[in-house]
Amino acid sequence: MRTTTNAHPVADAAAPLLHVDGLVKRFGGLVATDRAALHVLPGELHALIGPNGAGKTTLIHQISGALAPDAGRIVFGGEDVTRVPMPRRVLRGLVRSYQITSVFARLSVRDNLALAVQARQGSSLRFWRPARAETDRYAEADAVAERVGLAARLHALAGALAHGEQRQLEVGLALATSPRLLLLDEPMAGMGPDESERMLALLQSLRGATTMLLVEHDMDAVFRLADRISVLVAGRVIACGAPGHIRNHPEVRRAYLGDELPTETEA
Amino acid sequence: MQPVPSASTTTTASPGLLDHPLHPWRSLAVLLLLAALPPVASALGEDFYVGLATRILIFALAATSLNLILGFGGMVSFGHAAFVGLGAYVVGILMQEGVTSAWIAWPAAIAAGALFALAVGAVSLRTRGVYFIMITLAFAQMLYYLMVSWKTWGGDDGLTLPGRSVLGAGVDLALDDRFYYVVLGLFALVFVGVQRLLDARFGHVLQALRENETRMGAIGFPVYRYQLVAFTLAGGLAGLAGALLANQSGFVSPALLQWNQSGLLLVMVILGGVGHLWGGFVGAAVFLLLEEVLSAYTIHWQFALGAVLLAVVLAAPRGLAGLSRRGARS
Repeated sequence: MRTTTNAHPVADAAAPLLHVDGLVKRFGGLVATDRAALHVLPGELHALIGPNGAGKTTLIHQISGALAPDAGRIVFGGEDVTRVPMPRRVLRGLVRSYQITSVFARLSVRDNLALAVQARQGSSLRFWRPARAETDRYAEADAVAERVGLAARLHALAGALAHGEQRQLEVGLALATSPRLLLLDEPMAGMGPDESERMLALLQSLRGATTMLLVEHDMDAVFRLADRISVLVAGRVIACGAPGHIRNHPEVRRAYLGDELPTETEA
Repeated sequence: MQPVPSASTTTTASPGLLDHPLHPWRSLAVLLLLAALPPVASALGEDFYVGLATRILIFALAATSLNLILGFGGMVSFGHAAFVGLGAYVVGILMQEGVTSAWIAWPAAIAAGALFALAVGAVSLRTRGVYFIMITLAFAQMLYYLMVSWKTWGGDDGLTLPGRSVLGAGVDLALDDRFYYVVLGLFALVFVGVQRLLDARFGHVLQALRENETRMGAIGFPVYRYQLVAFTLAGGLAGLAGALLANQSGFVSPALLQWNQSGLLLVMVILGGVGHLWGGFVGAAVFLLLEEVLSAYTIHWQFALGAVLLAVVLAAPRGLAGLSRRGARS
């Protein structure tokens, strides 16, 4: 890491945006994250795959700041954020979405997104001026709704949305904070084929503009989307590389018993 | 792609959960009615009602401050009496020490309430759920036992105030109707302030924290800090209510700090409407009026009050003020 000493580090093309090193997390006797190492390059869509129970979500929790690791470090944009609380990581551009939808169910789609925009704009210790007068903020929320395909549902309550729409809002909430790195924890969880297609198109549209670390079970989606893939098995990253490299990696195939990875012809 | 839009997807936004509009005519009518009370009561020879109305407004202020954190912030504090009682004691103690000016004593009561809330909140907001309830209760009880045993300030017997605070500017607070108008003015000020706060950025954050605290952290809000600010504000407002209460009754005692006083404020908020702008006011008014009416008939008035409470909770789970909101929306 050459940029660590800079006060305002500017990530050059070679420097990773996120660098995870020697991360360890234990729950009692269980080692959920076992010296995990990972780096995400600026602009890439990096997928994190692994069998059930490999510790993918636990790793996302630690990167986002929801869980404190027992050892190791997390460097984001050249800055050590291992001990930085989650809200401050978010303000630096490290933002996550949830595997289990977590939105503001009793608020409208627009209000959900406007809150996320508000978070990014700094202090909300404003007690007098009506928040509804901030038309710019609501316009920005509407623009995010447009991006995630919810433009027609602005005034619907988040809790009344269909499952797929809630998943779109889930990603929208993270997106509205203008992340530099978007941590997506199974955005397609529980989706039907049509909804999955829509989410895939959404992720495609975000490529390039936003760097993404994607945890996903849908292997077809992963191999279609990802620039690089890291494979997590029992808390360790056992392989990392381009989809073609991962597909033919013997250890990866063994971990998946060969029956989940799409073959060359399928992909 | 979407099917025919349902009623909930129309393009015009209806007032949502975050909006607490203050209907100008309705509010003004309430204010005028309250302002007309002293001359009407005196014309009817029922000056007693001015004192009752003063008490209602003071409790409405305290209940509104509790509603701010309980109803809008989702923080179930069971120690709100501590901040009210502390404000009352500040006025009583200062007066015993010869400081009678309202311009010193009342701000001091607000500051004391806010500072104590800051300390209580700093500890208890690290916990959640039933632990939060218990810790806020424990802090309030600590203050209660402190004042019971502190003989300098009356101990168990409390302090009798020699008179009311001195406001100056030709307003003699010793006169009940003058005092009433000052209380009414302060309540109106706080009420409008709370309404503005709820519809401002801070209010949106506060209410969204009630809705989904985890997600608020995940989109970048320092949850603890915002909750602590709200808790401190509510403590300051409760301190003001305490200062007024001490003046109204001319007496300060540890009973003001006791847990059942906190429970009383909770009951008022639940009766009036948790998370409803008018909840504190309606709850305090209905509770104290019922107490007044029922206790005239029977010494077992609390039994009848319990029945009324039960009926309200079952028939109007969102409180009495919540009934009008539902009506206005449909």
